[in-house]
Amino acid sequence: MERSRPSPPWFAQTVTALTFLLLYIPLVVLVIYSFVSIDPANGQALFSLEWYKQALQDDELRRALNMSLWVGLWSTLGASIIGTATAWALDRFSFPGKQWLDALTLVPLVIPEIVMALSLLIWFVLLKFSLGSISIILAHITFSFSYVVITVRTRLADFDHSLEEAAFDLGATPIQTFGRVSFPLIWPGILSGALMAFTLSFDDFLITFFTAGVGSDTLPIKLYSMIKYGISPKINALSTLILLATIIMVIFAFRPKKSSQSQTEKLKAIG
Amino acid sequence: MIIVFIYSLLVKGVYGGIIFEWTIKNYERAFDWLYLQIFYESLKLAALTTLSCLLIGYPVAYVLATATAGTRNTLLVLLIIPFWTNFVVRTYALKLLFSEQGPISQMGISLGLWSEPIMWSNSSGMVWFGMLTNYLPYMVLPLYVSLEKFDFALLEAGRDLGASAWNNFWRVLIPLTKHGIITGSILVFTPALGEFLIPDMLGGAKVMLMGNLITEQFLKMRDWPFGSALSIILMSVVVFGLVTILRIWMKEDGKLKPEKA
Repeated sequence: MERSRPSPPWFAQTVTALTFLLLYIPLVVLVIYSFVSIDPANGQALFSLEWYKQALQDDELRRALNMSLWVGLWSTLGASIIGTATAWALDRFSFPGKQWLDALTLVPLVIPEIVMALSLLIWFVLLKFSLGSISIILAHITFSFSYVVITVRTRLADFDHSLEEAAFDLGATPIQTFGRVSFPLIWPGILSGALMAFTLSFDDFLITFFTAGVGSDTLPIKLYSMIKYGISPKINALSTLILLATIIMVIFAFRPKKSSQSQTEKLKAIG
Repeated sequence: MIIVFIYSLLVKGVYGGIIFEWTIKNYERAFDWLYLQIFYESLKLAALTTLSCLLIGYPVAYVLATATAGTRNTLLVLLIIPFWTNFVVRTYALKLLFSEQGPISQMGISLGLWSEPIMWSNSSGMVWFGMLTNYLPYMVLPLYVSLEKFDFALLEAGRDLGASAWNNFWRVLIPLTKHGIITGSILVFTPALGEFLIPDMLGGAKVMLMGNLITEQFLKMRDWPFGSALSIILMSVVVFGLVTILRIWMKEDGKLKPEKA
């Protein structure tokens, strides 16, 4: 439903244009720099893929990428299962402490990341849990499952309960009802939650920085230590590749077949 | 369900774990002049970031909400791309842009504006700029959701009833998009207060904020109790702020909407 909308005042349009410039100039510069190498003979700038070759041949970078994917995969799986179960419980049942659990699922969203990071570190150390890929995965589950809870609950809120009753009346067992009626209906919620969880896990720097032991660097951590070491053109190439992957993901997530309504819902889930 | 409960306990238990180890000494130390200054700087910067994000984000969200469906979707995708791009990559891109060998510094030389390469990073202004561009989407998206629901016919009604543009803006548009403003401000202010990466990468060694101080205490100085004390203070400020905002919200609204926070 389109309502009549006024055209925005000129200054709002100017600010918007400038904002997009501000957001994109650094990224464009990064991409340009990633393709430029200096000719040692005459000091002239040349177009080259040299830095990409170097970045792709770097074993440490490949290991970091594998680590990121590994952590992303398992934490997404964990967060989706726990998040869906929590959302289900909060939506369907009433039990003592429900309000507390409800509030607690939102805690990771509102506390500063750094507090979360060091809390997890203290917790792991108290439990004498060795820091490594497992601790990173557990840490990522803790902060990303809230997002799954939110997206699944949004979905559950629109859920027509009479569908389940109808299934029962028609003689379906609870398991059949869940598997063939309820689950398919909440699946889009789980999927968008899982997508968020993976993105968050793949992007996370600070919490991983605190909970990663020696030798279990994820890609952002590796990138950070490379930057600290000094600006190298290899970083430009790597960053451009990450940027490209992001653009593909965003386009995939916001495919034009989706109506603008569902996009707005998605934004609500993010915001 | 058991796992869920263990998890909820985990989040809770973490704080319990810290509390157990405290002595009052760490707090006394935290109220030292030096740390108070760092704290003040962090608050100032976070507030400045929130305010500037709001000032820039509101017009952007307004344009988004009033655009036609096609333009709107394009702009949204354009806004989400930097939002989903890795934080480290974005911050690095800014660092590169403003570095000594970066295009701005070099361009200035060839235009004769300055004679030697200038390092623009390593200043608190740069940290502010980094936070502004990094956190802007957190402000724009909730504002957009709010403005999207806003019935623009109300503005016309206001105009017909003789309200000036200024009055229309302050008394109609702002109150009705208040939720977006509050949500956006929370989403920007909270992470900005504890930010580590941006001051670390763009501020050089000159800018020390709460996030850096805590990280340093934890990972370099290995003074965990003091780091914990600092983070509890940070946490209290955030919780205090949130509770205050939610109180005001509840009072005016009559109901609490936790999923918006």
